[in-house]
Amino acid sequence: MGLLTFLGGIHPYEGKELSMEKPVKEYLPKGDCVYPLSQHIGAPATPIVKKGDRVLVGQKIAEASGFVSANIHSSISGKVKAIEPRYVPGGSKVESIVVENDGQFEEIDFAANVKDLSTLYREDVKDIIKEAGIVGMGGAGFPANVKLSPKNEDAIDYIIVNGAECEPYLTSDYRRMMEEPDKIVLGLEICINLFDHAKGIIAIEDNKPEAIALLSEKVKDNDKIEVHVMKTKYPQGAERQLIYANTGRYVNSKMLPADAGCIVHNVDTIASIYEAVVEGRPLYSRIVTVTGDAIENPCNLLVRCGTNCQELIEAAGGFKDGVVPEKIIAGGPMMGKAMFSLDVPAVKGTSALLCMTHDEVADLEPSNCIRCGRCVDVCPGRIVPSHLADLAEHGDTDGFLKYNGMECCECGCCSYVCPAKRHLTQTIAGTRKTILASKKK
Amino acid sequence: MTGILIAVAVVAGVGIVIGILLGVAGEKFKVEVDEKEIAVRALLPGNNCGGCGYPGCDGLAAAIAKGEMPPSACPVGGEAVAAKISEVMGVENADNKRYVAFVKCAGDCEKAKDVYEYVGPKSCKLAQNNPNGGPKACTYGCTGYGSCKAVCEFGAIDIIDGIAVINKEKCKACGKCVTECPRHLIELVPYDAERLVRCNSHDKGLQVKAACSAGCIGCTLCARNCEAGAITMDRNLAHIDPEKCTNCGVCKAKCPVKIIS
Repeated sequence: MGLLTFLGGIHPYEGKELSMEKPVKEYLPKGDCVYPLSQHIGAPATPIVKKGDRVLVGQKIAEASGFVSANIHSSISGKVKAIEPRYVPGGSKVESIVVENDGQFEEIDFAANVKDLSTLYREDVKDIIKEAGIVGMGGAGFPANVKLSPKNEDAIDYIIVNGAECEPYLTSDYRRMMEEPDKIVLGLEICINLFDHAKGIIAIEDNKPEAIALLSEKVKDNDKIEVHVMKTKYPQGAERQLIYANTGRYVNSKMLPADAGCIVHNVDTIASIYEAVVEGRPLYSRIVTVTGDAIENPCNLLVRCGTNCQELIEAAGGFKDGVVPEKIIAGGPMMGKAMFSLDVPAVKGTSALLCMTHDEVADLEPSNCIRCGRCVDVCPGRIVPSHLADLAEHGDTDGFLKYNGMECCECGCCSYVCPAKRHLTQTIAGTRKTILASKKK
Repeated sequence: MTGILIAVAVVAGVGIVIGILLGVAGEKFKVEVDEKEIAVRALLPGNNCGGCGYPGCDGLAAAIAKGEMPPSACPVGGEAVAAKISEVMGVENADNKRYVAFVKCAGDCEKAKDVYEYVGPKSCKLAQNNPNGGPKACTYGCTGYGSCKAVCEFGAIDIIDGIAVINKEKCKACGKCVTECPRHLIELVPYDAERLVRCNSHDKGLQVKAACSAGCIGCTLCARNCEAGAITMDRNLAHIDPEKCTNCGVCKAKCPVKIIS
């Protein structure tokens, strides 16, 4: 049997060697921390502190305002300075709580939150996860407790831990797997025990042999958890492609993974679930890879959410002498968002800060489609990007829907291979967002 | 010989019967057509632009004939067409004021700052999905990719120096650009309104200053000095009511950022 994979996809330059072997260092913020009230999909949280209040590390400062929403906790101790709109890595202004750092990092009593796991009901565990404000940390930011509460709990067969980390340059999940494998295995066990028939899969791409060996060793006596080795290919870690590669089940844009009996969690999310349930710590820190050829010392940092991105760059040794980065991206190079200012906080979904000296693609003017069909070959959603981009450019929404434009997962493979350098992903993703926004109204 | 006569008689008989049947059917199944509607339709320009809100000129003609819409409902035809239609309809031609589109932004390439270099599809709607809603520091101003120009059927919009500029003479006030603009920058104003605020930013003065040198900083000088009371402030942005404005020009003289035309 060959390696598990999906149809389509690309093999971009990986760039992981820059930071792959750099152990995680904890970085404590020096300046103020900013907590955007919307770090997740769904309704923004409602602040429960006011200007002048003193908050501690781990204290809840904003509360979920609906079913699909998440709590937000402070990651430093200090006084609330303001509640005002601030820029977030995505480039928009979001109402945020600004906390002035007093440098003491005084913590609340986490031990008080810890309950004996054997005495807890399933709903209690979900409540703990909800209370800890855990969201999908691969970037989308879907609240974890909502994922773990599907309509039909008996139908869940697999809980898949996404260790693919298919985005080039990112190594935060790899470091988590190498340094804290027990947290991942135990966190996954907690999730499996929420369901009657669920089995666990830890899915890893074959470019991380050490992580595969380590985790296989950890789960060898566990008959409920398997480690799956997948082919190294982008976007192997996209939810739908991951489910197909591991279970052979199809998921489309109208379905949730739970409809195919699967729940997918990122490695970091699973580790946070473990920390919340066993250690009583809410989600207030994450691993961020600071990398790229403009960075002096590419590294993996354990960062408190809300830390200013400028500080993170400095923690990685700053930019190389005489180098001005041409492009800074929050997240990976394929799906991350380009940033225009470093004066933004690292949030729950910020997996990396990628600083590149030269943007090769941006130099080239897009030209006309030459009908080569490469975008069709690589599209993991099995749609026709060239045609959809034409429809999108002409504002033909009906045609866009007819040709299944909504199946696009915005992975960027089509733009990557296009020899005419057309802005395929940007155009299709933009139209998709416009349609989704108009549906909400 | 008799054969021919019989044939002639049969054909003539059938002809007469069919003729009578058709005559009766024509009377019985007659479709009532309003003559006014035909007359109005003939007067309308026939662009089928949809600016009136109906799918085409036929729809509007029917509505005018029924009295659902005023004779001046066609924005393209303007005053001349409205007068002729009023004649046909036999009503007084009221409210035939000419309107034109107006872009509430004066932040051209020189005045408005960009925060990053944008590489991507040149479409205002698609640019909205980018960080900060596009490369301009101001999130309210014209992005200048010409989505409005693309929908204008009358060639009345040009992109000059990074902002949309309306040609007042060519504009027929069909309103297509108003609905197309993702930043809701364009509004219809009376043709003769001279004093208008060329800014759409509701940001506070300091932020406006940082983003653009041609932005309304919300100083309220114009509103305080307007004798006609035509200027109101809405969330740090001045708005001039053309109904009340007397075109005295005091606001234009007082505006420190020179954005009142």
